[in-house]
This record gives sequence, C-alpha cells and structure tokens, in this order.
Amino acid sequence: MTNLWLFLAQFGTLAGILALAYRPLGDYMAITFTTKRDLAPERGFYRLIGVRPGAEQSWQQYLRAVLAFSVVGVLFVYALQRFQQWLPYSLGLPNVHPGLAFNTAISFMANTNWQSYSPEQTVGYTVQMAGLAVQNFVSAAVGIAVAVALVRGFTLRRSGTIGNFWVDLTRAVLRILLPIAAIGAIILIAGGVIQNFNPVETVHTIAGGVQHLPGGPAASQEAIKLLGTNGGGFFNANSAHPFENPTAWTNLVEVVLMLVIPFSLPRTFGRMVGDDRQGYAILAAMGVLFTACLVAGTIFELHGGGDSAIAAAGGAMEGKEQRLGILGTMLFDTTGTSTSTGAVTSAHDSMTSFGGMMMLVNMMLGEVSPGGVGTGLYGILVMAVVAVFLAGLMVGRTPEYLGKKIGGREMKFASLYFLTTPTLVLVGTGLSFAVPALRGSIVHTSILNPGQHGFSEVLYAFTSAANNNGSAFAGLTADTPWLNASLGAAMFLGRLLPIAFALALAGSLAAQDRAPVTAATLPTHRPQFVGLLIGTILLVSALTYFPVLALGPIAEGLHS
Amino acid sequence: MTALTDQTAEHQTDAGHHAPHRAQAGAFSPKQLWKSTPEALRKLNPRDMWHNPVMFIVEVGAALTTVLAIALPFLAKTDATTLTFTWWIAIWLWLTVIFATLAEATAEGRGKAQAQTLRKTRTTTLANRVLGYDERADASAEAARTEQVASADLTLGDVVVVVAGELIPGDGDIIWGIASVDESAITGESAPVVRESGGDRSAVTGGTRVLSDRIVVKITSKPGETFVDRMIALVEGAARQKTPNEIALNILLASLTIIFVVVVLVLGPTAGFANAAPTVTVLIALLVCLIPTTIGALLSAIGIAGMDRLVQHNVLAMSGRAVEAAGDVSTLLLDKTGTITYGNRQAAEFRAVTGATDDELIEAAAQASVADPTPEGQSVVALAATLRPSVWSPSESTQRIRPQTASVDQRGLGEVVPFTAQTRMSGVDYADGRQVRKGAPSAVLKWVAESGQLTDAAQADLDREVADISGLGGTPLAVAVKSADGAARVLGTIYLKDIVKTGLKERFADLRRMGIRTVMVTGDNPVTARVIAEEAGVDDVLAEATPEDKLALIRREQEGGHLVAMTGDGTNDAPALAQADVGVAMNTGTSAAKEAGNMVDLDSDPTKLIDIVTIGKQLLITRGALTTFSIANDVAKYFAIIPAMFVTAFPGMHVLNIMGLHSPNSAILSAVIFNALVIVALIPLALRGVQYRPSTVASLLSRNLLIYGLGGLIAPFIGIKLIDLLVSLIPGF
Repeated sequence: MTNLWLFLAQFGTLAGILALAYRPLGDYMAITFTTKRDLAPERGFYRLIGVRPGAEQSWQQYLRAVLAFSVVGVLFVYALQRFQQWLPYSLGLPNVHPGLAFNTAISFMANTNWQSYSPEQTVGYTVQMAGLAVQNFVSAAVGIAVAVALVRGFTLRRSGTIGNFWVDLTRAVLRILLPIAAIGAIILIAGGVIQNFNPVETVHTIAGGVQHLPGGPAASQEAIKLLGTNGGGFFNANSAHPFENPTAWTNLVEVVLMLVIPFSLPRTFGRMVGDDRQGYAILAAMGVLFTACLVAGTIFELHGGGDSAIAAAGGAMEGKEQRLGILGTMLFDTTGTSTSTGAVTSAHDSMTSFGGMMMLVNMMLGEVSPGGVGTGLYGILVMAVVAVFLAGLMVGRTPEYLGKKIGGREMKFASLYFLTTPTLVLVGTGLSFAVPALRGSIVHTSILNPGQHGFSEVLYAFTSAANNNGSAFAGLTADTPWLNASLGAAMFLGRLLPIAFALALAGSLAAQDRAPVTAATLPTHRPQFVGLLIGTILLVSALTYFPVLALGPIAEGLHS
Repeated sequence: MTALTDQTAEHQTDAGHHAPHRAQAGAFSPKQLWKSTPEALRKLNPRDMWHNPVMFIVEVGAALTTVLAIALPFLAKTDATTLTFTWWIAIWLWLTVIFATLAEATAEGRGKAQAQTLRKTRTTTLANRVLGYDERADASAEAARTEQVASADLTLGDVVVVVAGELIPGDGDIIWGIASVDESAITGESAPVVRESGGDRSAVTGGTRVLSDRIVVKITSKPGETFVDRMIALVEGAARQKTPNEIALNILLASLTIIFVVVVLVLGPTAGFANAAPTVTVLIALLVCLIPTTIGALLSAIGIAGMDRLVQHNVLAMSGRAVEAAGDVSTLLLDKTGTITYGNRQAAEFRAVTGATDDELIEAAAQASVADPTPEGQSVVALAATLRPSVWSPSESTQRIRPQTASVDQRGLGEVVPFTAQTRMSGVDYADGRQVRKGAPSAVLKWVAESGQLTDAAQADLDREVADISGLGGTPLAVAVKSADGAARVLGTIYLKDIVKTGLKERFADLRRMGIRTVMVTGDNPVTARVIAEEAGVDDVLAEATPEDKLALIRREQEGGHLVAMTGDGTNDAPALAQADVGVAMNTGTSAAKEAGNMVDLDSDPTKLIDIVTIGKQLLITRGALTTFSIANDVAKYFAIIPAMFVTAFPGMHVLNIMGLHSPNSAILSAVIFNALVIVALIPLALRGVQYRPSTVASLLSRNLLIYGLGGLIAPFIGIKLIDLLVSLIPGF
C-alpha cells in the first residue's frame, strides 16, 4: 500500500508539472516554428552559413539538408575523437580507436548516444563538450525540425515546400533547447550535480582504500542529455552515478527534463494544425502507453521473482540505487527507454526478466510513448496515418487524416517508415546468430550471461540502436568489430531512413489540398481514435517482436 | 382502372423501391464455389499469382513444403510423425492458395454469366449502310442507295437504316425518325422504349431491336468499342485495374508481409542459439499464418464483387475508381425533375372563380385535357375522375378517357386544339360550337378577353389564385369555356404541383448523417425551388440553373475539397458529367452524356445515385473490415504456434498455450487449417459486402471495430481450439 501511495504521489507530481508545461511550452514551440521574425543572432548566423531564411525547401531539399548536416556532424565528431590526444582538456587520454570512434560519432549524430565505451576512461572534456554536447543539441534539434516539417505537411495546402531546415534547426537550438537546458543545468547544479573542470581526484579513504573521484562539466551536459532525449552519460554509470543524479529529487527533475518536450509537442502539433483537440488525442495515446508501461514495469520489479530475498529487499533491488528505490528507478528507466533518451539509473539486465522485457517493449513500441524530441511526434503521426487508413476504410471512405487523403503514396512512406526499425532490429540480431564468425564473436566475447539472458543482451543492443534509444542492457561487451559496425549501421539507418520517409510523407501531404471536415470524416480527436491508435501501435509491435521476446525475456521468465 | 391510375400506382412503388432489380443474382450459393473450381486451379499458375504478393508467398511456401515432404524420407532418418505432419501442412497450404483463387474465380464467375448474355447481343448482323447520305435533300434516306455490310465492318460516322424487326447494328444516334426499341438485352427491362431523332433520347445501342417504324442511325462507335463491348469487358473483370485504395491497401499488406518474412527468417538462427531451431515446415507454417492471407486472398474478389453489385443494380461503372470515388462523395447534385419530384407536375386542386361552380370547372378542365397526352394533362383528367366521379368517369373499354355524361357524349369529341408555344393553351372545339381551353393564365385571359366577357370579380379571383399557387411553388393553369353562342368566361384555375417522391426525405436525412450534402438543381425560379427543396429536405438549391451554372457549382465544390456526384442525360449535361467525380449518365440519355459520365444507369433512375454511394462505401468497408480481421487473427495464431515451437526447449512456455492445444504438431496444423478455412468462410461476406447502414461515422467505426477487430481477436482462439480437438484425433498428432 505504501508503494501505491508513493507511486501515485511521484506520478502525480510528474503529471502535474508536465500538465503545467503543456500549453505554454507547446504554444511557444508552435510560435517558434510559425513566426516570420528572425532574431538578430539568427540573422547573423544565416548570413554566415549563406542561408536565406525566407527560402522554403521542397521535401527533397529539406532531406538533403538533414543528410548533409548529419554526415558532417558524424565526420566532425569522428575527427575530434581521432585527434583527441592533441586537444586541450583531454585528461591525457589517447586517441579513440577507429571502430569505436565511428560507432560513437554515429551514435551522437543519431540522437542515440549508445556508448560502447566508458566515458571517463575514453573521452576528455573537449570531445565531450565540442563534440558530444554539441551533437546533443543539434541532433535533438534535427528531430524537432523533422517533426515540425511533417506537421507542416498537414497544415499546408498544395504546397511544394515544407519549410526551411536551417531555420527550423537554428530556432530549435536557440529558442527552445538552449534556454531550457540552461535553466535545467542550474536546477541540477542546485540539486548537487557537479559542474567543474577538475581532473580526476584520487582520494585515500580512511579504510586505506583508493578512490578516483572524477570531475567535469557534468550538469551542463546532463541537462541537454535529458532535455534532448540523448542519454549519453557523462559517466559510465550514467544517471546511476551520484555526480549525475545525486538524489530522488534530481531524479524527478531529470525525468521532467526528458518528458517535457516530447509531451508538449502534441500541443505544438494541435496548434499548428489549428485544432487543439488533435494534440490532446496524440497526447492521450502517448500518455496511456507511457503510464501502462510504467505501471507494468514497476509491478514486475516490486513483485518479480517472488523469492524471499526480493521480498525482504522490498522488490528486485539488484542493480538499483538504494537512494532512488524501485519506484524512482522504474520511473527514470521507463522514461529513459520510452523517450529514446536511453539514460539509465540502474543496470537493466539486473531487472527481473519481465521488468527487463518492459524496457525492451518501451523501445519496441517504436519510441512513440512519448518518444524522443521530435522523433516521438513524427513516429506517432506516422502510426496515426496507418491507424486512420484502417479505420477510414471501415467507415467507407478514402481515409483522411486532418483533411489529407491517405492514398497509395502516403501508405508507401508510412509503411516504409514502420518497416525500417523492426527490420534493422531483427536482421541485426538474426545475423549475429546466423553467421558462424559473428556468432563466435557474440557468444564468446560479447555476451556475459549464459542462456537466454545473453540473447536478451544482444536483442536489447539492436533494439536500442535501431530505435535510437542508446540504453544498454549491461553485460554486453559492445566494443567489438562486429557490434561497433553493425550497431553503428543500425543507428545510422534507424535514424536517417525514418527521417527520409517522414519527410517524403510530409512532402506528399503538403502537396495535397485539404479536404473539408464533414459528418463522414473520421473524427481523430475522440477517445475512440485514441484507442484505435494505441491498438495499432500495440498490435504492430506485438506481431513484430513477439517471437524474439519469447526467445529472450519470456523464455527466461517462464523458465521455472 | 385505367392506364392513368396505373401510372400513379407505378410511381408510388417506384419511389418505394430501394431493392435492386436483379437482386437474386447477388445471392451466394455453395454451388458457385464448385463451379469455379477449375478456374481456381488454373489461377494457381505462378505467373498470375505474382500479382498477389501475399498469396504468392503462400504458394511458394506450399511448394517448398511439398518438396520437403517428398525429400524427407531420402534425407536423414525421419520418423513417421514428422513425415505425416509435413504432408498435412503441405496439403493445407495448397488448400489455402486454392481457396484464395477460388474466391477470385467465384467473383469473376458471376460476371462471366452476365457477359455471356451480353455476348449474345453482339452476334454479327447485316446492316443497311446508306451510300452518300444527304441530310438536307433526303433526311429519311428513302431515295438513297444502300448496301449490306456486316455490322462488324461499320465505322465511325457511317449511316445505316434500321427497320422494324431488325437489330440495331451498332451504337449511334438517330438522325431521322422515331421508333420503339426493345432494349431488354442490356437493361433487362422488357417494356420497349421510344427513341427519336433530335433531343435527349436519340441514342441507340447496338444489339437492341427495333420493334416498330423505321429509323436512320449515325454510328458513333468504332467496331470493338461499342457500349456492349465495354460492358462485357467490365463485368468480366478483364478491364479491371487496381483502384487507388486497393493499391494503398496492397502496399500495407506487402509491408506487413515483408516484416513477417523477416520475423520468420530471424527465428531460425536466434532460436538456434537456444538449440530450439524450428524445422523449415514449422517456419513456413508460421509465416503463412502471420502474413495477412485472409485479406490477401479476398482482396480482388471484394473489388470484383463491388462492380458486380453495381451491375445487379443495373448500373455500369466504367472503372473501379469511380465506384470507390462514390464512397467518398460528399456533395450530391440531384436534378429536381425526375429525381426529387416525379417527372411531371400533377394536378393537385381545382379552384373555381366567382361565378363558376366547382362542377363546371372540373368538367371543363377534364374536357380540355382529355386529348392532352402530356402527363400534366392526364393528371388533370385523373384528378377530375377522383374528385367528381359523377361528373367525370373514365371508361374502361377504350383505355382512353371519355366523357360519360349523356350531354357530353352527344356532342362527341370534337376537334382537338393542341398546345403550341404561340397559343400556350390546349383544349377541344366541339362540333356544336362549344370550346374549352386550359393553359397559361395570361394566354387564357387573352382568349377570354377577345369575347369581352371577363368580369372584374373573376379577374380578381384569378389573379389572386395565380399569385397564391405560384407562391406555393406550383404552376397555375387557367380554365375557360366559350359557349356555342361565342360568350367566353373564365371558370377557375388548376393547381399543378410538383410531387416530391415519397420516402426521399428519410433518404436525404440518411445521407446527411453519412456526411453527404444534397443540392437540388432545377430550372425553376428560386421561390418555387425553395418550396420543393423544403418539402424534399435537401440541403441546398441551385435555382434557374443553366448547364454552365451546374458546371461552375461542381468546380466550386471541388475547389473546396468535396467530391461531387451527379446524374445527367442531356448533351448539355456532358461537361458537368465529365467534371463530376462520379457522373452517372442515364441510359435513355444521349451518347454524349454516356460518354462523359463514368457510370451508366441502365434503368435511368436518378434516385439510384444514393444506392451507388452506398455500394462504394460498402466496398471500402469490406476491405477495411477484412484487413482488420486478418491482422487481429495473428494474435491467436502466435499463441498457438510460439509455445508449440519452443515448449520443448523451454518447458515453462506451456503457460502461453492458453488454448490448451493437444500437442505442438496439432497446434501448428490447427492454426494452418484455421487460416485456410477462414478464407472460405469469408468468401460470402467478401462477395456480398459488409452490411452498411447509414449512421454516424463514430458508431459505424465502433460497430466494425467490435465485429472485425475484437471478433478477429477472439474468433481464432475458438476456431483453432475446435480444429485442434479434431486434429488430435488424427493418429500421429
């Protein structure tokens, strides 16, 4: 009973804060992306990079800009890592080896922040700040830009263009991410997160042991790591590290930071399409999925296993931080996996089989509950298109979403979108076990635990990479040629292919006229549609992943 | 009863009929399945199958399993159980494919029968081609030389002469003459229709028979492209192309199929990690169960059946695209005359002026109308007979209205004065000098004034009545009589009224609920139009409409994103018909109209537009419902197959076997059998279409989600369990 009240109190606080932010932040973001006015620094920046802010781009141009920007970002971060030892504040660390540098560069461009390495032993402050932190900002901004472009597809009529990527990107960074991250960093510093440029301090404890206390600009990184749903930890232990997430209170702040933009974007969507109710419907679908997954995960951890040791500890406490407890941990980790942040406060592979499965499920839903900044919105809008298609047929009309007809072209892009990630996850996992040489590397080097738990580690890695989540199941040694390459490819394709399809969909929608709403139009703001959307997301994910889940956590959990 | 009252009765039944003309053809009987089996087997050819990716994969799977079953005994040691199991799976996979082709063949078979009948009309006949036709000097082509050619050799622009008893050799327009034509070969309607040169009833169709008179026809179609040719191609499904919606749905189905192929391919190596790798047979079985075979198998049958349902309603759609568009229609343009009201105005009231009795008026009105063949005139006579049987009663023997009272009889019928555009009156001049007239009030007044016997009171009464009737949206006719001595006087007015068809108001309300706006199009003035619109319950009115107005209205609606449907028959309707998203041309209309529209209604019943919309919606609903059903089915199949696959390696998995299936092999086979049988079970639904009742979108969706979504989730749990009970009886399972 105590747990229930605590859960409700924590959840209620979170929901209250997010509810307060929903309208102002959502409206603010809508204005940000619809206003014609450029700020002075923006104008200067546009002149610098040679962009005419008024020039609209077709979806192909928009996509080319995203791709070019992303590839340049990858090359830049790769180069920084490869030249690390000559850079200032490198803490004496050597150059990062090519395979890992490749993986990391893609990982941060793709907003995945999968880390095949231990940060404090691999990257210095310059790489962290000039490379990784910059990517934390811009990769999040790219996500928001693409989401806004897709929303424009619904609002524009007979338009050949969907906005200007450079303007969207600049505004997302300058007007949204930077201010909130700054506020977030200050709050985190107040909460005890470190922010300094100290090198590692070696302390001799009273007991005679030696401790290495790392320093660094953690709070500033931490804020954008969460706000931009990036998730790349400053320290290896990520948010389980007391310097990143010292108290239950900062834990909640960090959860809010992760959720605030993804849960406010539906409002932006509703505003931009001129019907707030549409935003509420999307919000409701995201919220229901998130809550259900949170409750399920928490229950599994509280009661999982059922042996006396777990009962005595008050739940499956292995791998969890005592200061956060099961409720705090599950809230953070459900948020981390549901938002494509990938930040963790515990070792996911130490969870109960089904608790761990929920972490997988959160990602397998396609990162739409509520998903990453921007990526969650465009992901769920694509699923809404699929749901509308089925439902629209069932009411006897060519399906329409927000006045746009969902025809062959739209279905093609929506289908390709929802095909991409599962294919990457399954093919990656499958190849790891199918090709004998890879299988050898996986089984003998990468997998730590025996049996199906080991299988879950690999499945988790590919799920996390392809969905651009970035969290790890722990236990898996990922710094191997195969995993560096394949996970890198999964992150790269899992990021850019869906973006390409979402933008193509945006272009195709924008080119259409907007059909008027009549009594025969399927209402997409009612609970009925919310249910349908949730059902579609659940069904598609379940059908895709049930067999591999059965082989992983389900087999393990039912192995009595 | 007379022909006249019969006509009224017919009108009433007409309005009440919603039922299709040849509904019997729509019923589905298992015999059809049997008859279509040879065709279904022919369709197994992989080259045809390729067009349906879902079923193609099933066929490949079936072939692979068969090869495996044959090869197994020669490979490593195989126990009898595995062999039996493989054979059973192979057989049922083949049956799955056959059931799919059977569905398509059955749907096509129904069209083929129809085409067979049509083909009979296409037999080559000899045509009398006119050599050097001269339309000025010899329009009737009586003097011109003719030559006999085969109808197949006629080309565009040829002129032929057709006389009573002959088949019309090709599609064309009558350029001279009038004839009654038996069009039953095409319309199924046995009553002959009148076709005449000029105007909107000049089109004739090749293969129909002239029953009387002689006509000169100008051929308007190339050989092989006649109306009947097109009809045959349509009902046979030869001209069938995938519609936009079908394409979109196919993309979704193909994507799901790709995902499931990946899922199954990955299952081998990943399960191999736990030494639980399933056999190829099991993997194929799982794949076939997962990919959306139900909808994949029935998709083309649904499309063909949709066209077929239109044919049963005696409507020919020139493309499947048009049928689909019908479901999307949001604005319906309906001509007032013939669609909303009965084709003609009917007498509703007699109003006598001061100085005349009702009896006098009624008798005079009936006398003036007795020789008037127009429906308006006939309705006056009919109303007179109804109101005053003592004064006026129709005689049955002659099938013609005749005065019955002695006084009238003695005078005889006299000389008929027909209506002309100049006089705007009609009536009868009797032998004894008495004259009766009815017509436009101003014309009648002028006629009376010539004899100078118009009283002020009568004049005032008449003016008032005329204004009143006009205000009600009716048409006033004045009635006057001139006695033998030349003294003329006005008797009163006849109130001619547009009669709104019964049951329309309810249908329009249905349409409104379906989100369709109805616009009445009429040449009437706005006041009259409003009154009728009010009475009929349409949403909007386009009054004093010219064909240009109509076209402009359609464009305006389309600008706003609406899809527009309309009916038309005249040549001047052609541009609007072409512009409309769904243009239904009446079969009685001109060939220009038929060419412009994308559907032709053989019954020429404009009200049918509403049925067409319903059929379009039904088509889409059926597709959506079966897709949902198909995908929802997968959940149960997973619960049957996944535990069966892995229970040996992970005994704990037995808790997932929530159906309590007998054994792994029986579970997998049961899922495959269910998957196959569900196709056959749904063939009738695919052909008949999902039931559609006009209701709000939300309730429609809830209902279909409940039946096909939830039903699709639950039904296979029950079905697979029942099949498993039977399968467990097979030795070896």
